Amino acid sequence: MRVALFLTCVNDTLFPETGKAVVRLLERLGCEVDFPAGQTCCGQMHFNTGYRDDARPMARRFVSTFGGYEAVVVPSGSCAAMVREWYPSLGVTPPGGVFELTEFIVDVLGVTDVGAYFPHTVTYHPTCHSLRSLKVGSRPLDLLASVRGLTLVPLGGAEECCGFGGTFALKNPAVSAAMCSDKVRGVLDTGAEVLCAADNSCLMHIGGALSRQRTGVRVMHLAEILAATEEAS
Amino acid sequence: MNTFVGMPAFPEASSAAVSDAQLRYNLRKATHTIRAKRAAVVGEQPDWAALRAAGAAIKDRTLRHLDVYLERLETAVTEAGGTVHWAADAAEANRIVTGLVKATGETEVVKVKSMATQEIGLNEALEAAGIRAYETDLAELIVQLGDDLPSHILVPAIHRSRSEIREIFLSKMAAWGRPAPAGLADDPRALAEAARLHLRERFLSAKVGISGANFAVAETGTLVVLESEGNGRMCLTLPETLISVVGIEKIVPTWRDLEVFMQLLPRSSTGERMNPYTSTWTGATEGQTFHLVLLDNGRTSVLADEVGRQALRCIRCSACLNVCPVYERAGGHAYGSVYPGPIGTILTPQLRGMASPLEESLPYASTLCGACYEVCPVAINIPEVLLDLRSKVVAHGHVGQRVAMGAARRVLNSPRWLSVTQRSAGRLRRWTPRRLPGPLSAWSDTRDVPRPPKESFRQWWAANR
Repeated sequence: MRVALFLTCVNDTLFPETGKAVVRLLERLGCEVDFPAGQTCCGQMHFNTGYRDDARPMARRFVSTFGGYEAVVVPSGSCAAMVREWYPSLGVTPPGGVFELTEFIVDVLGVTDVGAYFPHTVTYHPTCHSLRSLKVGSRPLDLLASVRGLTLVPLGGAEECCGFGGTFALKNPAVSAAMCSDKVRGVLDTGAEVLCAADNSCLMHIGGALSRQRTGVRVMHLAEILAATEEAS
Repeated sequence: MNTFVGMPAFPEASSAAVSDAQLRYNLRKATHTIRAKRAAVVGEQPDWAALRAAGAAIKDRTLRHLDVYLERLETAVTEAGGTVHWAADAAEANRIVTGLVKATGETEVVKVKSMATQEIGLNEALEAAGIRAYETDLAELIVQLGDDLPSHILVPAIHRSRSEIREIFLSKMAAWGRPAPAGLADDPRALAEAARLHLRERFLSAKVGISGANFAVAETGTLVVLESEGNGRMCLTLPETLISVVGIEKIVPTWRDLEVFMQLLPRSSTGERMNPYTSTWTGATEGQTFHLVLLDNGRTSVLADEVGRQALRCIRCSACLNVCPVYERAGGHAYGSVYPGPIGTILTPQLRGMASPLEESLPYASTLCGACYEVCPVAINIPEVLLDLRSKVVAHGHVGQRVAMGAARRVLNSPRWLSVTQRSAGRLRRWTPRRLPGPLSAWSDTRDVPRPPKESFRQWWAANR
């Protein structure tokens, strides 16, 4: 199956390893992956801050870049939600087959055991837009549960927002930091080595605090765990 | 008297609140307790989704034909011996109520817990006219005695702990009436008993009662108040004159419609299956004069907004406050209004207009996590309204932000410029600052800055594929 990867501007610019992991993973599962070079940003930051006229050309660019593909895979819950849930309010019709990564693997490919090996203790943060906008449900946890060697520990208060919220982190830094510190405490209480999520924006926020506080807990995008195998982990 | 007038914008006010350890503890404990109670009683209701959809549909239909239902209500109340007054704004409503109280010759009134009268600042207006208003809801009493402001719609003293309440009762009750008993303990039973004794004298002497209403049933002209203490019922029944100030969006057409909300509201608000004290009255009952003041105060302009009007469905249950991670840290006062939390962030700027930096900051007091929408019993899509309000905030002024956003758009909407930016960041990665400049320092104050990679994904793809 031929799929287009919409990596998102944050992953492309700051977290290319996530992109490489998605490509490795999808190719291992039998997909032919295309990365259309015309792609940039979904427009979420501008839209969420109120700048709809700035977001609209980015939405149009997304549609013209990805309109011809049967399936578009997005390794970010909030960017996928931006396209599917909010493009209509910009007067832009989203293309049909836009899937968040775990939706694509579980629903389209029909796979929960992706043949991964990751011998570490992991806790999972569901991220708000995957949870409440896309309603991905247990898909990410089902995928993690099938990873060999992996010990999954539940995160207390998992469904609570980490406090990132895009420009919220800059506009309301005190509340954002307070929310983040509670999330960090939840992560530390699990004793996990790795905090996993399917959205690097939230991980950049929580991970930035985990790193600042020298907790020794690392953050990893779900795709990087699912791409890891016994041969190369 | 303490008021919300002149409060600072949300980021400033909430910044002070997150540093208050006692407040953080009180709020976390209270919101998590009530959150769990709500989840349990909503979870046991198999047709909750259908009830929620019905609640939203009834409110939408009523609001669409509000003119018809308001006149139906007026006719029914008048036929039942009540007098109906129409108030376009807070000043007019206060003028009407003050005039009605003065006409009785009384200088004291007892109050049922009411959001509408707080919204219009009725207590302050009465005080200016030499009339003392006594709050009789336990939590509102705590707020009034403490010269404090409410911080929650349902539990206005949620920011107070038991020991703080004990101190307020001991030091302030005497100035307002019967003093607290000496040696008052801080257990709930003792505190409630002290309040009961204090308030009982008030109920028995009051000649004028003032209330709001949770619902107004248009077909019969019946007003409905839901409460947990029975104190409201005392104020509604004992005084010779009853004045009710009710927002025009509180109407439900029929008793059958009311039934839906009698299921939705208790489960969403107090986490109870059934409401403890429900009072209903139709017009003037025997031995009592009844006045209904129908309040607009910005509601018709909210109704005119196609996206924002869904905020008028609100039945003031507080489920959105109890589940909101921002409210839990910021507390209610930071929202600068009697309507705090998620519903306040969409209601206050719409009712008041973007009158000051506070109102403009409220639509941004959310991470858009969506927890509020999920629990709302009348399905108000709060994130949708927030996003719409944000687009209205940036339509004027905010020049610095507009320039920054314009520049960001030029980079983010061009594969070429995005690539140039990525290459520059990669070359400069060794000098990634620990502290970011300007507004970006808000990020680096508490989080490490991610170091850009040597090559972006698109560079890697171009080189390897």
